[in-house]
This record gives sequence, C-alpha cells and structure tokens, in this order.
Amino acid sequence: MTGRWLRERIVLFLGLVVLLYTFVPIAVVILMSFNDPASRNVYRFDGFTLDNWANPCVDPSMCSALGRSVEIGLLATLAATVLGTLAAFALVRHDFVGRSATNLLIFLPMAAPEIVMGSSLLALFVAAGFSGQLGFWTILIAHIMFCLSFVVVTVRARLAGMDDNLEQAAMDLYATPAQTFWRVTFPLVFPGILGAALLSFSLSFDDFIITNLNAGQTTTFPMYVWGVAQRGVPMQVNVIGTLMFAISIVIVVSGELNNRRRTRSLTR
Amino acid sequence: MSETVRRRGRIGYLLLVPALLWLGLFFVVPLYSLVATSLFNADGSDLRGYQMSWAWGNYTDALDAYWQPLLRSLGYGAVATLLCLVLGYVLAYAIAFKSGRWKNLMLVLVIAPFFTSFLIRTLSWKLILADDGLVVNTLQLLHVLGSDGRLLATPVAVIAGLTYNFLPFMVLPLFASLDKIDHRLIEASSDLYANPFVGFFKVTWPLSLPGVVSGTLLTFIPAAGDFINVQLLGSPNQRMVGSVIQSLFTDANDYPAAAALSMILMVLIVAMVLVYVRRAGTEDLL
Repeated sequence: MTGRWLRERIVLFLGLVVLLYTFVPIAVVILMSFNDPASRNVYRFDGFTLDNWANPCVDPSMCSALGRSVEIGLLATLAATVLGTLAAFALVRHDFVGRSATNLLIFLPMAAPEIVMGSSLLALFVAAGFSGQLGFWTILIAHIMFCLSFVVVTVRARLAGMDDNLEQAAMDLYATPAQTFWRVTFPLVFPGILGAALLSFSLSFDDFIITNLNAGQTTTFPMYVWGVAQRGVPMQVNVIGTLMFAISIVIVVSGELNNRRRTRSLTR
Repeated sequence: MSETVRRRGRIGYLLLVPALLWLGLFFVVPLYSLVATSLFNADGSDLRGYQMSWAWGNYTDALDAYWQPLLRSLGYGAVATLLCLVLGYVLAYAIAFKSGRWKNLMLVLVIAPFFTSFLIRTLSWKLILADDGLVVNTLQLLHVLGSDGRLLATPVAVIAGLTYNFLPFMVLPLFASLDKIDHRLIEASSDLYANPFVGFFKVTWPLSLPGVVSGTLLTFIPAAGDFINVQLLGSPNQRMVGSVIQSLFTDANDYPAAAALSMILMVLIVAMVLVYVRRAGTEDLL
C-alpha cells in the first residue's frame, strides 16, 4: 500500500528536489542582500541590515554600469525584435529561394560557442580598424546579432502554430489586408513577440563573454560584477540580483495568470 | 484547418533581408576574419599590424601550448552535460507526467532562477562551497573530504557550477519531447506486462531521444566554451580553453594565437556534434 503510494510520487518528489536545488543560490543572493559585512574581503553573512537596500548606489560605478546595461538591453531588444519579427513573418508566410540555407544561418548563432562568436567579432572589428573605438556601439551590434536568432525562432513558433481561419474570416468580411493584419494577425502574434522581446532583454542584460571581448573600456553590469569578484563584492550587487529575480517572477507569473484568464474566458 | 499559403514575391525577401544582412555582416563575416586572423604572422602586433602569411604554424603552436586546457574543457563539459541529463531528466519527467495542473507553474519555476545574472548566481555558489561553509564542513564531518579538504579551486566546484548554470538548457528541450509522448503508449506497454522499468527503457526513453540530443548539445556547447565558472570557482589548475582564448585576446593581445585556438575549439565541437548526432541517429534535427 505505502509502497505503491511512494512509487507513484517518488519521481515528483525527486523532481521537486531538483527544482529546490535550482533555488539554493537565489536564496543565498536574497539573504546576502541583507548582509552587514564585517569586512569587504570576507564574504559571509555577518549580520542583518537594510542599508544595502536603502543605499544601492554606494559604488556609483555599479549604478552607471547597471544603467548602461539597461540602455544597451533596451536598444538591442528593440532592434532584434523588429528585425527578427519581420524575418519570422517571411519564413512562415512567404516563399523564397534558399530557405534551408536561411534556416541554417538563423540556427548557427544559437549553437556556436559564445567565446568563438565574441572572438570572431573582435577579429572583424580589429581588422576593420575599429580596435580603438570598441565600446557602446560594438557591444550593441554584438547583442543585436546574438538576440536576433532567438527572436526569429520564438516568433516563428507562434506564427506556425497559428490557425489562419480568423484571418480568412476577416478577409471574407471585406477587411483590407492592412486591417486584417493590425486587427487580427498582429494581436494573435503579439504574445510571441513579447516573449521574444523579454528573452532578448535578459540575454543582452546578462551577457558577459561576448561583451567582455568587444567592450573596450566600457563597463556593463556583468563586467562590473566580474571586476569586483576579484577584489571583494559589495553587498549591493545582491540587491540588484534580488531585484532581477523579483521582476522576472512578477513578469512570468502575471503572464501566466493572464493566459489562464484568457483561456477561461474563451472556454466559458 | 486550412493550410497556410506561402506567398511568392518581393515582400518575402524585403522582410528577410535586414535580419540576414545583420547576421551575415556580424556573424558570418567575423568567422571569416577569425580564420584570416588565425593565419596572420605571429610576430605582428596590434601596433605594428599583421600580414596574412598563411601561418599554419599558429595552429600547431596553439595546440602544443594549450592542449591541456582544451581537453579539460571538453572533459568538464561532457561530465557537466551528463549530470545535467540526469538531473534534467528527472525534473522534466516530473513536470511532463506527474505535475498535473501545476505543469505551467513548475515550468515557470524552472526558468525563474536563471533570470538572475549568471555571474551573481555563480558568485553565490562560491559562497555556498566556501572553505568554512556548511557544505564543506558537513563533507568533512562525514569524512568525504579530509579535515583540510576543500571544494573551491577543485574540478568538483567547476563542474558543479557548469551543471547548475546550464541546467535549463537541458530541461526545456527534454520537457518539450516528453510532453509530446502519447500516454496511451506507456499504458499499452504495461498492459502487455512490461514492468515500469522495461516500459521506460522501451517506450519513454526512445521517444524522448530528440529532446535528449538537443538538450545535450545545448548544454555541452556553452559549457565547453565557458570560462566564468572556472574563473570564479576554480583555480589556474583547472584552466579551461575559454579563459585562455579570452586572456590571449584581451591581456596578451596575441590575436593570431587566440584566433587559432578559437578555430580549433569550434572545429572540435562541430566534429564531436556531428559524430554524436550520427550515432544518435537523429540527423534530421540539424
């Protein structure tokens, strides 16, 4: 009896243990954001304080790096989402020569090791004589490049899984192609585009390997963390880490709730 | 459902060109520059400039000097991928078959921790595995580690970090594959008197192979090229090829050697992937 009960649940239990394990470092980050460190060199929990949350920008270079990462993330997301969405529409809705070569070109950046992509871009910039101008723009170019494929794949999946009956109906009811697109097609694809944009932002915001090779003297947030990791991490870094976690949880959970509400109103 | 009609004509190309141009200019052309740079004269420099001298010697020099970090990267990557496969399979299986109405919530929870910065997560492991930390003390108490044994600066810490950081790349493709499996097939196997283990190895596992293949690739490739984990959790004794390439570029400014090593890494990975995919019999995935 108990043997059977256990057998039914053992896999779920083990799965939950693995899931719990993925949260251990996050719990440490949250805990350390309230840490009152005794010395900068010893990284351990010494006492509780709210100071880190009250004064996140004690090290101004951290906050300027953070601002730069947000700026690059937003611009890269905007560009990659627009270019990637256009390409996804072309791939699903239009016919053209060289489809398999195009698919390969879109797949490769997702599979190539970051260190290879980063070093090849650097090789190009150096060969083109831009080794002195590495910085904001070269980082942005790189980020748009590696976000693009993920946008194409995400939006393409949404488009391909979409029934075009609704669009047919709109056309049958004398909607112009533009009306059909903006009132029917676009709203249906939008969740995919939004998901792609969120993915792009988090990829861009978090990238270190490619950015570090092409940044010159510019510092993004991950590069700041890398720098302080060698000489003592200010606890405010954990405040940012906690905030990132909280914001992403809010975004994903509200998206999930929205989904549920929509399915419920559709099935009623 | 009516079949979506693919329209012919100029618009398709117009929509596609901007993205392809960007990828061509900043992904394909750079690969060409990388190959070219790897053949430049090794005695050139940033300031004096380089010439194309077809210096194939750069490759043998790079292999001579850095074969250890290169092999280590592939080895650590492989072990981390295997560990990810075990952990990821359990998690993906639990979500696909056992989570009931919590399926979506559990999927969200799988991704959530990985939205916190890669570097901050890894630093967090540094604290967890620290010399006087709970983990090390417990292992010392159990005599798994000697009384002055440590985890940081060992391969164990590096592989643990790689396993943790690339786990979602394994879980998501595995879940996608497992979720598609028709439960009636598994029921049929038990109706035909297969015990759960036989049922798993004869039905579930083969049907999940596409997910296993794409998951292992998506984990192995970034893990083998990574240097963040080894830099934060390891020591120079565990140096991986990623750190060598990056320091050759940014500290030593030895571009030809760095480019040659980068090319070697890529060729090795592509070769391993091709052999692996052929073995797994899922070529149509690529």
